[in-house]
Amino acid sequence: MKTRPRPDTATRRPVSSIGLARGNGSRAAGLAIALAALSGAVAASILIGAHPVSAAQVYTAFTDPTGSDTDRIVLHLRAPRTAVGLLAGLALGAAGTLVQAITRNPLGGPDILGVNAGAALTVVLAIAALDLVSFHGYVWFAFVGAAAAGVVVYAVGSLGQGGATPVKLALAGAAVTAMLGAVTSAVTLLDLTTLNEFRFWSVGSLGAADSAIAAGLLPFIAAGLVIAVALTRSMNALALGDTLASGLGARPHLVRGLGGAAAVLLAGAATAAAGPIGFVGLMAPHAARALVGADYRWILVWSAVIAATLLLAADVLARIMVRPEELQVGVVTALVGAPCFLYLIRRHTLVRL
Amino acid sequence: MAVHKTGPVRGDRYQVLPPDVRAVRAGGAALLLHVRALVLVCLFSAAALAAGVVSLGMGDYPVPLGEVVLALAGGGDPISAHVVTEMRLPRVASGAGVGAAFALAGAVFQRVVRNPLVSPDVIGINAGASAGAVLAITVLGGSTMFTVAGALIGAFASAALCYLVAYQGGVSGYRLVLVGIGVTALSSALTSYLLTRAELHDAQRASIWLTGSLANRSWSHAGVIAGALLVSVPVAVILARRLRLLELGDDMARTLGIGPDGARSALLGSGVVLAALATAAAGPIAFVALVAPQIVRRLLNESTAGLAASAACGAMLTVAADLAARSLFAPIELPVGVLTAVAGAPFLLVLLARANRIGRSG
Repeated sequence: MKTRPRPDTATRRPVSSIGLARGNGSRAAGLAIALAALSGAVAASILIGAHPVSAAQVYTAFTDPTGSDTDRIVLHLRAPRTAVGLLAGLALGAAGTLVQAITRNPLGGPDILGVNAGAALTVVLAIAALDLVSFHGYVWFAFVGAAAAGVVVYAVGSLGQGGATPVKLALAGAAVTAMLGAVTSAVTLLDLTTLNEFRFWSVGSLGAADSAIAAGLLPFIAAGLVIAVALTRSMNALALGDTLASGLGARPHLVRGLGGAAAVLLAGAATAAAGPIGFVGLMAPHAARALVGADYRWILVWSAVIAATLLLAADVLARIMVRPEELQVGVVTALVGAPCFLYLIRRHTLVRL
Repeated sequence: MAVHKTGPVRGDRYQVLPPDVRAVRAGGAALLLHVRALVLVCLFSAAALAAGVVSLGMGDYPVPLGEVVLALAGGGDPISAHVVTEMRLPRVASGAGVGAAFALAGAVFQRVVRNPLVSPDVIGINAGASAGAVLAITVLGGSTMFTVAGALIGAFASAALCYLVAYQGGVSGYRLVLVGIGVTALSSALTSYLLTRAELHDAQRASIWLTGSLANRSWSHAGVIAGALLVSVPVAVILARRLRLLELGDDMARTLGIGPDGARSALLGSGVVLAALATAAAGPIAFVALVAPQIVRRLLNESTAGLAASAACGAMLTVAADLAARSLFAPIELPVGVLTAVAGAPFLLVLLARANRIGRSG
């Protein structure tokens, strides 16, 4: 929805106007730069850590592994960790875009709407009560929790006049997140063995990632991304409002349903693998929108790439900020993301997308 | 001393008092008594006392109720007396004090900002106080003095941050709440960062404290909270009458001789102090500040400030929640903050749903 520029803000760019990169050529060129940045983040994530390795060592580890310490660090610690970070980042960026598109809400994000917290709670419950230890075992619970939390938040937030306004949704999300977080900590405190395992996971950490998790994550993320890409044109139509979207041949309810399912798939799987990581899914679509404008075909790709870069960069930072200890990546994303969230709230144009 | 009912008295003098209010006169002074509020205070205090006595008897060394009462009166078996008064009473006393302080802070905030969601736990003041206190614990070693100072500084810093970010030609309640969510996230990330940097021993201590726990309270914690109440309650009581005038609107308040900004800042300041010191004494016990004033508000008529009743209700809620947290999953003791959060968050959700349905929110 185009916002009419207010007289006093006529010089400001409206929310959904054209971004910095205006032509498709510059958007594609920019995407190449963004992909280069992502590759840089991937490289940094493999090279940097408590035990620094050189590029040559990484090369030998992949081509001619001898079983040395360095090889094992690269193959069994750094590479899976980077893969999970990459996949979770792509997933969160795409999920944030989907949520913002289907709720038409600038504060939409899987974290703000309590989806991540819901997934986290059900995963903890599944592990504590049913002793499920494999990613394939508990990821289904993550989907259930994510979907349930999202539905509750949306239901409460859309009560009353004006439907689901950004403020109402964000408040309902915060309340649900608080409750789910409290139950999660109650469960972990009651069961000391899970406490140890989840102390770091529950703030969002890539530290426990292994290749089984990375392999388990891949199909879900791929499926979610495929649905998201298929929906981009309908999301563009939806941005014009339901009536106009129907007129253009999109079916709003179907798009919302599919988009919501894809968001649950992406955010749920990412949370099951890496814990509830905040603010990445909220920030990335906004950054993408500022760069490439209001076309969701571009926003989705850019947002996924930006989110993955952010997450990997945050993870690298988390490794080096408190040497020799390690910070959880969720802490770093919150430190960076919370000020962005405050900026979004403060911005004059907190209107519906 | 004479108690007057509402209505015309003494010839042509009329008392314009709300239905539940009696004026008690003694000599030249008059005191307004809110009968329902008084009844509520008594009921809540009695319930808090009952829960407290049960809590005093419970534990690894069970003490029968009769012995508890005897010990409180200063007699009884010396071992029981020691267990009750030296080991368990500080916990119950700090629980009651902390609950009262949180509830009072919440009542002040909700009344001043006129939004049921604006309480110190929702808008990030407790989280700020926690970050400050954890900084003090991990960097300066965490004597009571440092913890209290850290909590105060953190609370005022996050209150100032909330206000500055939310201020856009006035502060709307809902923007304040949204900003509070962001500030909370920021403060808790800072807290986690500090915990990771800390020595393992300090980190363990701090992380239990962070969920809001009354375990291992000593008289020094009870002292902190007593000090907070001593400083802030008089301020709140003196300014409580202005609350009602403030609610008439700034212009009307000015006409009636009150500087609205000054009164508001003083009230909010006392609220921040209460929340900060309560957090320093027992950690950020969630949602007591949100829930207690709301319960009281539903039981009293709208025009009554209900500060005393809120405080009593908060004390009751906290002591009862602590009792439940200790006994529900015995022998494991949950921190009381977990229980209040699990029970309080649905309440917040219901409040939100109500506010949404009657169309008062953003």
